Amino acid sequence: MNIKFKQETFRGDFTYRNSPDNIKRFPFPFHEDKYMYAVNMEPHVPAGPKGYAFEHMIDVDEHYVSEMRDRALVLKEDPLRCQALPHMMAAQWDTLELLMEQQAAGYPEHFSLTKNSDQWHWINRPLGIDQKFTFGDPSTLPYEPMEYITRQAQGDFCIVDQRDGNLWMDAGMVTTQADWSLDFDIGMNFMEWHGPVPLAHQMGVFDRALKFLLNLQQGKPVRRLNWTMTINPRLDTSPENYHKWGTDRMTVTPENVGEKVHLRCELQSLWRLPRSNAMLFVIRCYLLKMDELVTVPKWARRFHRVLRDLPTELADYKGLTRFRPTTVEWLSKYDDGAATSSGIFPE
Amino acid sequence: MSINTEMNVRVAAIDQVAEKVKRFRFERVDGSPLPVFSGGAHIVVAMRDGDILRRNPYSLMSSPHDQTAYEISVLRVEQSRGGSAFMHEHVKLGDQLTISQPVNLFPHDVRGRKHIFMAGGIGITPFIAMMDQLHRDGSQFELHYAVRDRNHGAYWRELSERYGNHRIKIYVDAEKLFIPTEAILSNQVLGTHLYVCGPSGMIDAVLGKATSLGWPKQNLHSERFLAPPPGHVFKAELKRSNKTITVGTHQSILEAVEAAGVDAPYLCRGGACGQCETSVLACDGTIEHHDIYLEPEDKISGKKIMICVSRVKGQAISLDL
Amino acid sequence: MLVQGIKSRPVYTGLDIDPNARRHLFALEGAGVEALLDQVKAVGSDFLKSSDILCVGQLPNVAAEDMWSAPTIPVLLNRLRVNLINAKMGTRLYLSGTEGFIGQTMKVALDQGIDFNSIRTEHRGSTARRVQCVHCKGITESVKTSPFQCSHCGLNLLVRDHYSRRLAAFQGVCIDAEEPGTAPPPVEMFP
Repeated sequence: MNIKFKQETFRGDFTYRNSPDNIKRFPFPFHEDKYMYAVNMEPHVPAGPKGYAFEHMIDVDEHYVSEMRDRALVLKEDPLRCQALPHMMAAQWDTLELLMEQQAAGYPEHFSLTKNSDQWHWINRPLGIDQKFTFGDPSTLPYEPMEYITRQAQGDFCIVDQRDGNLWMDAGMVTTQADWSLDFDIGMNFMEWHGPVPLAHQMGVFDRALKFLLNLQQGKPVRRLNWTMTINPRLDTSPENYHKWGTDRMTVTPENVGEKVHLRCELQSLWRLPRSNAMLFVIRCYLLKMDELVTVPKWARRFHRVLRDLPTELADYKGLTRFRPTTVEWLSKYDDGAATSSGIFPE
Repeated sequence: MSINTEMNVRVAAIDQVAEKVKRFRFERVDGSPLPVFSGGAHIVVAMRDGDILRRNPYSLMSSPHDQTAYEISVLRVEQSRGGSAFMHEHVKLGDQLTISQPVNLFPHDVRGRKHIFMAGGIGITPFIAMMDQLHRDGSQFELHYAVRDRNHGAYWRELSERYGNHRIKIYVDAEKLFIPTEAILSNQVLGTHLYVCGPSGMIDAVLGKATSLGWPKQNLHSERFLAPPPGHVFKAELKRSNKTITVGTHQSILEAVEAAGVDAPYLCRGGACGQCETSVLACDGTIEHHDIYLEPEDKISGKKIMICVSRVKGQAISLDL
Repeated sequence: MLVQGIKSRPVYTGLDIDPNARRHLFALEGAGVEALLDQVKAVGSDFLKSSDILCVGQLPNVAAEDMWSAPTIPVLLNRLRVNLINAKMGTRLYLSGTEGFIGQTMKVALDQGIDFNSIRTEHRGSTARRVQCVHCKGITESVKTSPFQCSHCGLNLLVRDHYSRRLAAFQGVCIDAEEPGTAPPPVEMFP
């Protein structure tokens, strides 16, 4: 199917919108009317209705071209958002291969990859790129392999090395993050980079998740959904720029909730990389404003209940405290108390 | 939902490369490329031996970036539980087998300034792929390889020719040549990593020596070939599957579980990776822990068992499976 | 943003002399010298025969095989780097002094491919922190309060327990980003 790519902004005048079809493919992160941390990983295989965000293993949607433009703007301002430690070169090539192959397999009308031994030919039609290069030779690409391909793929990317029974965040492209800094966290292990997350450590969530991930197998990627909320459709909610976007959180009023408040969902997929034995974390961000969310009655009811009953520590950590009461009040108009069906898909 | 990622392969070549050692070359039946892998990875080969389905892990020794075929080497073990004997005596050119995706439980530390490999006998196989990868990456390495005699040792001649005698050192028991571990380990630059693969006694001796020379454990790596040891027959109740099975003398719990048609997760089948950790609900007898994964307190508690290698001395065990 | 008890906070478990080490390389600063002297008291002075001691300022009064006093931390870091390039496996590295000093010396060791778990550390002296401003990336040394004003961009920064080995610094995040001008007064937290 041919995707019609939109021209829109994630800053300034914030013209980002979801088309009605795109709302239906939003990966809604709540399978029940409440939320708590869990090691909620499942095999990353196609699921959901046709056209859903889980249809292809690396998802491309109508926001692709505009998101790539926003990423380029972020990198121009702050190149430290993309970094790789020197020992990660094999993993960078693994990442390039994976993203090219998956995008070409999912969207042959938009991307194509031709391999002739190590002579590769990559065509990215939406961005107007036609690149011949030698796989394994960084001097044949305009950027290092991870930066090259992640300037052409939606979502943030972290490559983690596995050694000494732990995972180490040793490379990444991070421009659409929910408030964490790659420049600060690069080189940290799994427990350390999750250090700031409240409650979950005491619950043993990270111990179990780490044990599970250390045995992640080639050819069997897994996924999980995570979420937070963002005021205005801003992709770059980085700590680096927190002093610039933090004031947004003060601007929510009962009149503008529907337009300003966004549910931000992260579709995280985790892949074992073949050459390097490293692991790729894809953290794909989706934004849905409250006006769009309430067009799906099940999601409106459920999100009202989740947000209302969220433990205070989690609301603080996710930065929701200032606008939660206003948003819950607004959402309550769309919750008639009716039962909701289990699972994340619209009814 | 689980995905079946096993691959059907055809035996494309069998070579007797040394006394008791055969090399097998596998190509995909459908002609598609095999996945690339990382040096040190193994595959699990499934063999249909009459009524018995055997699954044995073998290190991949072909070039990690070569997607046309995988190669493994199999040592014919005297007290074989059946796997190596089956591979040596029954598997013929053109036969079809099923293999798993590559799994790497013995990767090299990519930050190392230098890598030293010490191999005993068939323990050479993972290092062949690792050296191929390091050589391509331009990393520094050397191999110290002990063999019983020149006829029993596989690949030493080819490796010497390929990488040169300055990097490949051969030690022959029959010629009274032994790996001078202390001399090798005494003068390596800080940031060197050591990898040992071979008989358990050799691994223990080398790691012990390295530790006594002040090598920190973060720089020491080893891979043991732990075959499930034989033992008494006992019953295993699989509570969730509502089945009771008998574990035979030369069978692991995991193999008995699979024979009963119950799916249990596994990766290494050698007591190292932790994937098959299973909760023990009750045990009439004592658990013989043979794995190197569980912490000592877990072993004492009797609440967990690695079903790929450990068994029960007694009547029966009840498992959360 | 105001989260305490973060898991990346470094743990300094003490200098315990490794009896198996062939050589002992010490990098010490200020009160870190005391940690070495305590080891001499605890296990005797034999290990000093195979020890190199690099020290910012006054050398300890012991008879090690090799001793050198550096005028400043950057000078010591440079010498440490060369020492490590030439060192052999079996050399154990011991770091003691303020957190900022331990962090910076450890960073030199990590760059030489040494695993941080094999390095022995003991915190002595001031608990003042080295903090990176997440906004302007500037590092402020010897931070004693939270919040504090970034010495580079002037923002009021909350000092989080989040610590980066690679930067050898804690993270400072703007405390009044959402409502500028509402920063609470500084409280001495790291004397």
